[in-house]
This record gives sequence, structure tokens and C-alpha cells, in this order.
Amino acid sequence: MRYEIAIIGGGPAGLAAACAAKEAGCGSILILERDRDAGGILNQCIHNGFGLHTFGEELTGPEYAARYVDKARRQGIECRLNTMVVDISPDKVITAMSRREGLFTIEAEAVILAMGCRERSRGALSIPGFRPAGIYSAGTAQRLINIEGMMPGREVVILGSGDIGLIMARRMTLEGARVKLVAELMPYSGGLKRNIVQCLDDFGIPLRLSHTVIGIHGRERLTGVTVAETDHNRRPVPGTEERIDCDTLLLSVGLIPENELSRGMGLKMDPATGGPVVGENLETSADGVFACGNVLHVHDLVDYVSEEAASAGRNAVKYIKDRRSGKRESGRRVRLRAGKGVRYTVPGYLEPEHMDESAVIRFRVSNVYREAYVGICFDDICVKQQRKHVLAPGEMEQIRLLKKDIERYPGLSEITIRVEAGAGSNQAAL
Amino acid sequence: MEKELICIGCPIGCSMTVFAEGEGEERRITVSGNTCKKGREYAVKEITNPTRIVTSTVRVRDGEAPVVPVKTQNDIPKDKIAECIREIKSICVQAPVRAGDCIIEDTAGTGVRVIATKSCGQKLHVKDRHDIIAEN
Repeated sequence: MRYEIAIIGGGPAGLAAACAAKEAGCGSILILERDRDAGGILNQCIHNGFGLHTFGEELTGPEYAARYVDKARRQGIECRLNTMVVDISPDKVITAMSRREGLFTIEAEAVILAMGCRERSRGALSIPGFRPAGIYSAGTAQRLINIEGMMPGREVVILGSGDIGLIMARRMTLEGARVKLVAELMPYSGGLKRNIVQCLDDFGIPLRLSHTVIGIHGRERLTGVTVAETDHNRRPVPGTEERIDCDTLLLSVGLIPENELSRGMGLKMDPATGGPVVGENLETSADGVFACGNVLHVHDLVDYVSEEAASAGRNAVKYIKDRRSGKRESGRRVRLRAGKGVRYTVPGYLEPEHMDESAVIRFRVSNVYREAYVGICFDDICVKQQRKHVLAPGEMEQIRLLKKDIERYPGLSEITIRVEAGAGSNQAAL
Repeated sequence: MEKELICIGCPIGCSMTVFAEGEGEERRITVSGNTCKKGREYAVKEITNPTRIVTSTVRVRDGEAPVVPVKTQNDIPKDKIAECIREIKSICVQAPVRAGDCIIEDTAGTGVRVIATKSCGQKLHVKDRHDIIAEN
């Protein structure tokens, strides 16, 4: 089987990429999705707050997904469900399997990676203790309650104050559980303000910053956890240990882009994002292989995923057209560097000759900064400063670089994005 | 009445104090700590009539899935959330359900509907059974 574009993953990124590619004139598109429904993680995110940027209204996750699923269906985009991709070769032959068809291969002119991300597990945290039942990642508990209709426990402690953890604190409370505590290792929460207020404060659930779980109790079923305060090196402070009885521990301790397929292809990876290195057109180090959404870097708003994925879809179509007309050649690269206070940038480089009128650069900062500036430097020259009241690791930032500005510096080799001090900056005090 | 609030309008998250005195038309509300208009509006709303959209799941009979997600069509007063949730948990709907279907006409006396946010088809063997009954 041969398609112009094959998309790995039918979540928000894969769907938006497919719709945009179709609109840009692509004839044959195939989405491969391993779950029984398209829509990805949105299907279990039944809370509202999605789509404010894209649709100008607040939708729930399933509603946001349905907008794109319906659109893709109207456009006649083929989507194979219950289908797992196991390998992609460098010449873009995809090996996939499903119960119905067994093992089969698909050839594609362009591939868009949209596999999303996965939760960090208990194994990655090395919390000592037994392995009793009752320890779940927040997303697993979310799926159990919102899709399978099962309640994982009654007395709950949540470790990590990422958005899924906060959302689950409210969800479990509404379902009749008692959420005793949310412990956060860092001195600030990684979640959105609005979630702290509406998921914790509204229900009187305490959030303990600079605290972590250092002990797990119980053999068959969890009976309790030991929580302790942590110092500025994130080590437990002796004497602050406290045992809290609970039958359930939810972990909301970070998301990791799911890149087994990308690594299998030998793509160049960025250790800071956990995703592939891409240029401004979202093409990876493999010719004609694009990446978008949470597989590229973890986003906090689905609206930005859709936007980024649509751009990947359009660029994949452009790639196919250019290749067929023999126009395709790689240009001079300008590296994008994460300077002081910036953890990463996506993309990792630009090709000024090929870029559109402007390019969106997304990045995350490494600490909480107040009244600071985002500085953009072309080699050694600082060309722009943008004032920010607050910058936080939990909120993705973006800036737009204009082609005409870059063309003014013909010998440019590197663009640095960095955080520059303002009054009282570098204070972790959210 | 005085209340401490964190603004949810943007990532700054201003710590605000909102102070209300008097009743009815005499009522005066002062907000401090906010840095913009949005903060003031939020604070006034939170002290006069705090509301929320409530989302949850409802049990489904004969459905492809055991539950279907629902939401209140508009925001409802914060102090009605518990009652709304009790109502949502006490019912069971018959599949098929379509996204947008009304699940509860008037929740917790607020006049607000609870609607389904996802479709849920009928379980296959149930469909077959209906077909057989129809054929007979």
C-alpha cells in the first residue's frame, strides 16, 4: 500500500496535521492509531477549558477531539484504528499490525510523527518500598474513571502538581474520594494557575510545595505513604517525615515524548525536549519525516498542538511537491540556541532561504522569573528584548522571528534566546 | 466580607484581596492587589456569584462504553456543584447517546441542562437482539 502522507498517531496532533495536509492539496493520507477511537488523550480529558484559542470557546476534551474527527471524516481522510506501528525504516516503509490485518507494510512519500507522550512512572522516581496495588499514574486513574467507569481508590495522596494531577484531585473528590494532599517536589507548581485555584482551592485540598513521598507502606494494597519536606537540593529534610494513611497514590510527575519509533529510525534527538531535533518546517533529521505535538516537545495547551501540527501537515505537502519537481535541496542553517534561563527551543535551527515570512519559536524557561526580559541575539548582537511580568517552567512561551529581520544578517550562524534579568528576577516565588 | 484570592486570568497569578460591605444597591466592593481589569472582574464575580462549569460522567446501559462524559451547558453557582454531582451520579442513561443530548433538564434547580459531551453507541449484541426482535 502506498500513500502520499502517513501519520503515526490519531490524537490532536495527527488529526490536525491530516486536515491541514488535505486542505493543502494532498490526495492520499493515512492515519494509523493504536487505540479504538481517534482523539488520543483528549477522550479521557472530560474537563473543560480546551479550544479557547482555536475555536474561541471552552470545550471539553472529547468535544475538542470530535471537531477534528468530524472534519477529518468529512474530508475523507482514512484512519485505521486498533493499529500499532512497530517500525519505520529510513526510506519510509512503515510496519504496522492489527488484529484484523496482522502484520503489514505501508510506503509513504512523507511521514508525520504524532505519537504524543507518556507519563513518567514510579520506576523513574526510585521511591523505596514495596510494590502494593494502589499506585497509579494520574493519567491511568483518569482513564479508569472517565472511560472505564471504575474508581481506583478512596483515600488519595497525589505526588506532583502537574496539570493532570491537579485535574485528578478534583475529579476524584467529585467521585467521592478524599484527596488528602498534593505534594510537589519543587518550590512552585508545574500546573496552570487556574487549575490550582479550581481543582485544589475550590475543594480545600492542601498543596505542599517542596515536599515529596519518601516511603510506600503496605504489601498487598497501599496503606499509606511517608511525606517529607525537601531542601533546595531536593533532598528530604530529616525530622520532617510524616506518615499519611491512604489506599491510593497518584503520580503526576512529568511527561516524556514517546519516541521509540523515532529512535528506531536513528533520528537525531534533543536531550532537553526528549523529542527529535527539527528545523522551522518541523522536518526531522530524516528526509521527509516530520514531527509535531507532544512527541516533539510536551505542550501545555492543545490549541498550540493543533497549530503546530497543522504547520507540519502543510510542510509535508510542500516537501512532496518540491521533491517531485526536483526543487528540493537543503539550505544554509542558522542554529537556535537555548541561552541562559532557557531550557530548550523548538525548532532547533532555521533555514532562512526556505522559511516562510515568519517562524514561531516555542521554548520553556528553566526557573520562575519575575519582571524579566526575553532577549533574542543574532550571533553577538542583541536584536530584541521582550518584557515579561512572569516566566515559569510550566508555561510554554513563544516568539515569532521574521524572515526579513534574519535576512539583514547574511552571515548569521546562531540565534540565542535567553532570559535577561529584571528587578528581583530569578526568585522562585510563585 | 473579605476574601483572599489568586487571579486565574493569566500566568502572573496576582494575589488579590476583595472586600465587600453593605447590601443590595448600597453594596460596595473594593479589590486590591490586581494589576489589570480582568483581575478586578474576576474578584468581583468570585465574591458576588462564583460559578463553575461542572464536568463528570454518567452510567450508560447497553453502551459500548460503561460511562459517557457530561457537562453543565452553562456555569452554575459554586454552592450547587455538590447537588449537581449527586444528581449526575444517581442516574443511568440508555444507549445510544449522542454528543449534545440532554441528560438532565434542570440540574440542582439552576435551570441549567446537563448534556453529553461524547457519543456512545449501543453494545453490539444488544443491537443484534433488537434486530432479531424487529424481524420477528
